[in-house]
Amino acid sequence: MDIRKVKKLIELLEESQLGEIEIKEGEETIRLSRAGLVAASPAPAVTHIPVAANPTMAENPSASAPAGVPTIEPSGHEIKSPMVGSYFASPSPDALPFVEIGSDVKVGDTLCIIEAMKIFNQIEADRAGIVKAIFKESGDPVEYGEALFIID
Amino acid sequence: MIEKLVIANRGEIALRILRASRELGIPTVALHSEADRDAKYVKLADESVCIGPPQAKDSYLNIPAVIAAAEVTDATAIHPGYGFLSENADFAERVEQSGFTFVGPKSETIRQMGDKISARNLMIKASIPCVPGSDGPLPADEREILNIASDIGYPVIIKAAGGGGGRGMRVVREESELLQASSLTRTEAKAAFDNATVYLEKFLETPRHVEFQILADTHGNVIHLGDRDCSVQRNHQKLIEEAPAPHIPQETRQAMGQACVEACKRIGYRGAGTFEFLYENGEFYFIEMNTRVQVEHPVTEMTMGVDIVKQQLLIASGVAMGIDQHSLVPQGHAIECRINAEDPKTFLPSPGQIVRYHPPGGPGVRVDSHVFNNYIVPPYYDSMIAKVICHGETRTEAIIRMQGALEEMIVDGINTNIALHRKTLVDDAFVEGGIDIHFMSRKLGLDH
Repeated sequence: MDIRKVKKLIELLEESQLGEIEIKEGEETIRLSRAGLVAASPAPAVTHIPVAANPTMAENPSASAPAGVPTIEPSGHEIKSPMVGSYFASPSPDALPFVEIGSDVKVGDTLCIIEAMKIFNQIEADRAGIVKAIFKESGDPVEYGEALFIID
Repeated sequence: MIEKLVIANRGEIALRILRASRELGIPTVALHSEADRDAKYVKLADESVCIGPPQAKDSYLNIPAVIAAAEVTDATAIHPGYGFLSENADFAERVEQSGFTFVGPKSETIRQMGDKISARNLMIKASIPCVPGSDGPLPADEREILNIASDIGYPVIIKAAGGGGGRGMRVVREESELLQASSLTRTEAKAAFDNATVYLEKFLETPRHVEFQILADTHGNVIHLGDRDCSVQRNHQKLIEEAPAPHIPQETRQAMGQACVEACKRIGYRGAGTFEFLYENGEFYFIEMNTRVQVEHPVTEMTMGVDIVKQQLLIASGVAMGIDQHSLVPQGHAIECRINAEDPKTFLPSPGQIVRYHPPGGPGVRVDSHVFNNYIVPPYYDSMIAKVICHGETRTEAIIRMQGALEEMIVDGINTNIALHRKTLVDDAFVEGGIDIHFMSRKLGLDH
């Protein structure tokens, strides 16, 4: 199971009133429970039944504990490019960039421009938070689905 | 020469274009959807760009994405392959307007040929024989429609001007069915092609499908590479093609090839193209022109010794063709079987992982395929996974070679139509040669 998915599930659990979530997907099962909320449940725990070997999970058994996500690169919500084109950080070459690392963005804020066929497409934040990472520089080519930002 | 080429297609034709480019020293950019990320030809290309999600409408058919990919990679030309955007005049026009070379004819030629009525009128002017028909859109007046049909004689076929490839047509055998059929076809054509214009032609009962390959450069040189017979079809989809077409008198063949050359000169054609005809009782009747490379181009390459895809790239680079028509004599006979990932009984696509792949080989055997061991056939696109082409000194030798090749070929993990091909190759009527386009329907016991 993908680490991002685990993280999403944790967020889902935190936002909800639930004490425990258990999800079965194919041969993998994950159970997340909130410590202290449900009397019967043990400390925050993740059960991974490794029917099929899963390197991510095997190497990071503690990965999905809410507090201790090991981070090599900033974790958070990834903003991916919805199209192929050229990346621009600012509305014009001498203008300030739309966002920088540490910028606080709201949903709908413009993050960058992707130019395709002379059309400037504004890429907006679909999540509020702090910009944790910027992967591209003005003029860089981007592919469909490529990561542009991480917002957390 | 083209400085950098975008290959705006997928599957075996993307690999075919890549191979031709490599031999000409042209760097390539493979465009791919998310579903084709791991394709072998994507890895073989000098660069690759993911242009969208798996669905073709958001990737391979997405004009801004294709052009933007050419822009970000500083490519100078775009090869559209076949299918997808290859015969989209708007695409060709936007490619030209964006300053890239479109590997194919001018956008206006594509537009003219895309409208079946204007194509037909151009052909009549160029002395290419057409099926007797309404010589223009069918009028709204019911009396006039009935008059046109009775002048031509039943059965007739009503076709959508914006149709093609076997879509948007209806056969009418009795006068009493005509008006309802024409209004139905109009409605369908409006829905399918956003063009309610229909026209009417005499319906041929048992024609063969015979087509001529042409090449035209930008210096006024036009040659034809002979004919192909593509009568083995199921549901208007070609299954087996061969060159040359069996049992056609040499003079008729030469005369038609020459007529196609003249027509190309007249319309200022550029690049590779195919004139498709119905052939019945010794007469040719034009049906449509394909303004692109065709799936079945290898049978012509094998008999004529001309690399059609390389020629496309050379023509697009502005190089003059150095091929003399008189030096072009077909050598032997070639047959192509299209191997599709499909259920042999229901003909439904059979996507999935190919767990074992073993292509055939040996003298005179060519396999054009993007498939490899453990390749996953995605469910989003055409089901063709390989083309097996066999060349022999005679038609009989080519057939025997193909039988052996398909016996050798292994594709495990998914269903294919290899068994159907093997049955067809021993069918008496096929072996005799010259079967009509309804042969496969009859063989499968389906009503045509």
